[in-house]
Amino acid sequence: MQRIENAQEALHNKRYKEVLVELLYQLADDDFILSFRGSEWLGLAPHIEEDVAFSSISQNTMGHAYIYYQLLSDLGEGNVDDLAHGRPPGVRKNAVLLEEENGTGTYLDEPRFDWAFTVVRNYFYEVYKKMKLELLKQSSYVPLQHAAENILKEQYYHLMHWDTWFRQLVQAGGEARERMEKAIERVWDEFGGVLSYGPLGEEMVDFGLIEKEDVLRKKWLTFMEELFHSLGMKKFDEPKMKKGNGRAGEHIEDLTKALQTLSEVYNVNPSAQW
Amino acid sequence: MKGGESLFADQGDGLKEKVWNALLEVTDPEIPVLSVVDLGMIEEVQVKSGRVTIKALPTFMGCPALDIIQKNIEEKVATVEGVKAVEVSFIFNPPWTSDRVTEEGRKKLKEFGIAPAPRFIEEDGSWTVDCPYCGSPYTTIENIFGPTACRSLLYCKSCRNPFEAMKPVSTGYGENFSGKKG
Repeated sequence: MQRIENAQEALHNKRYKEVLVELLYQLADDDFILSFRGSEWLGLAPHIEEDVAFSSISQNTMGHAYIYYQLLSDLGEGNVDDLAHGRPPGVRKNAVLLEEENGTGTYLDEPRFDWAFTVVRNYFYEVYKKMKLELLKQSSYVPLQHAAENILKEQYYHLMHWDTWFRQLVQAGGEARERMEKAIERVWDEFGGVLSYGPLGEEMVDFGLIEKEDVLRKKWLTFMEELFHSLGMKKFDEPKMKKGNGRAGEHIEDLTKALQTLSEVYNVNPSAQW
Repeated sequence: MKGGESLFADQGDGLKEKVWNALLEVTDPEIPVLSVVDLGMIEEVQVKSGRVTIKALPTFMGCPALDIIQKNIEEKVATVEGVKAVEVSFIFNPPWTSDRVTEEGRKKLKEFGIAPAPRFIEEDGSWTVDCPYCGSPYTTIENIFGPTACRSLLYCKSCRNPFEAMKPVSTGYGENFSGKKG
């Protein structure tokens, strides 16, 4: 597949553009909803340095979603704010795992959030994100190559951050390890949804937009296997997606509620200028 | 200029030089001592019969100051005599890295009380940064993440002052880079 230099060129090939848009929505919506979940921890993280770090990571990650929405906007999908705030759950392409609530309660009312779940979800996601971005640096769509390279500059520290938390909590033993193991089981049940490229996956590969889904999946699984082995943990089978495939627009109530909350101000007057 | 632009590559009317000088007065709202030129954000300035096109590099992807910077550049350059129109766009290639901050920029940062971004020692992946107050290299990173996307929190073990440094970002952290102090 030849290189496509910019949006104008992509628009000349109808099917290429449709498949590219699908991939960009997955990338954008994944980062967008996970950074929202991260932002809900503000003021609630285990200690003040973590509050600073996690909110900064969430801000960066929202910036990554912004770049992808900008690329979509360049392809005629609408303006960035509308793409982030105005789309209903049924057209969102993020994996279900990333939309799941942090725990019981809400930010304002009795938040009983699960730190182990947060560490595991973010760490496994960042490991995968790094591998995916490295592949996107070779994408046939040149603006996506450049986006990937820019995002990797910042994502490096995110991965390092969650890597530290993950290893420390697992190696702490006792209740920490028990909770981490429980969280891994839970994340594993849905991580298949993150690994999925969705219904247009094969075409994404045919168009040279990204390396094969299986290659990336295997790479991630190999990393996980070595990680678990090095920490004396048990092996896992294939990750599942029990609650549905977000890439196909299947979502749970958690997403509907999240969108209501995060779009509340936007919905007061969608045409307002920020 | 890192962007390979010469201040004097002009059409003879000196307009390009005037535009560059105007850019020296557009500062970062979060680090007000640094101009967009000091930051290495300006990749290209083109002037064609009074119409100015500027290509800038975004620093951090989620930086809320980017829109403000873009607006400030447009407004400032529009006041330059002889400029008829200004267009500013952000481009993603080449990627901005903290190495693009100029020597002048590093000096100004220090005077402001923020250490310039640590410099990587590529051979062993470690980094080094001097305290902006006492100059000691005996410092540690307390938190790579700070109050803004572009700043990290550090501590000087010599004069026992906490301080901030511009966060180091690079396109190649290298196999050995651990983010740890060497």
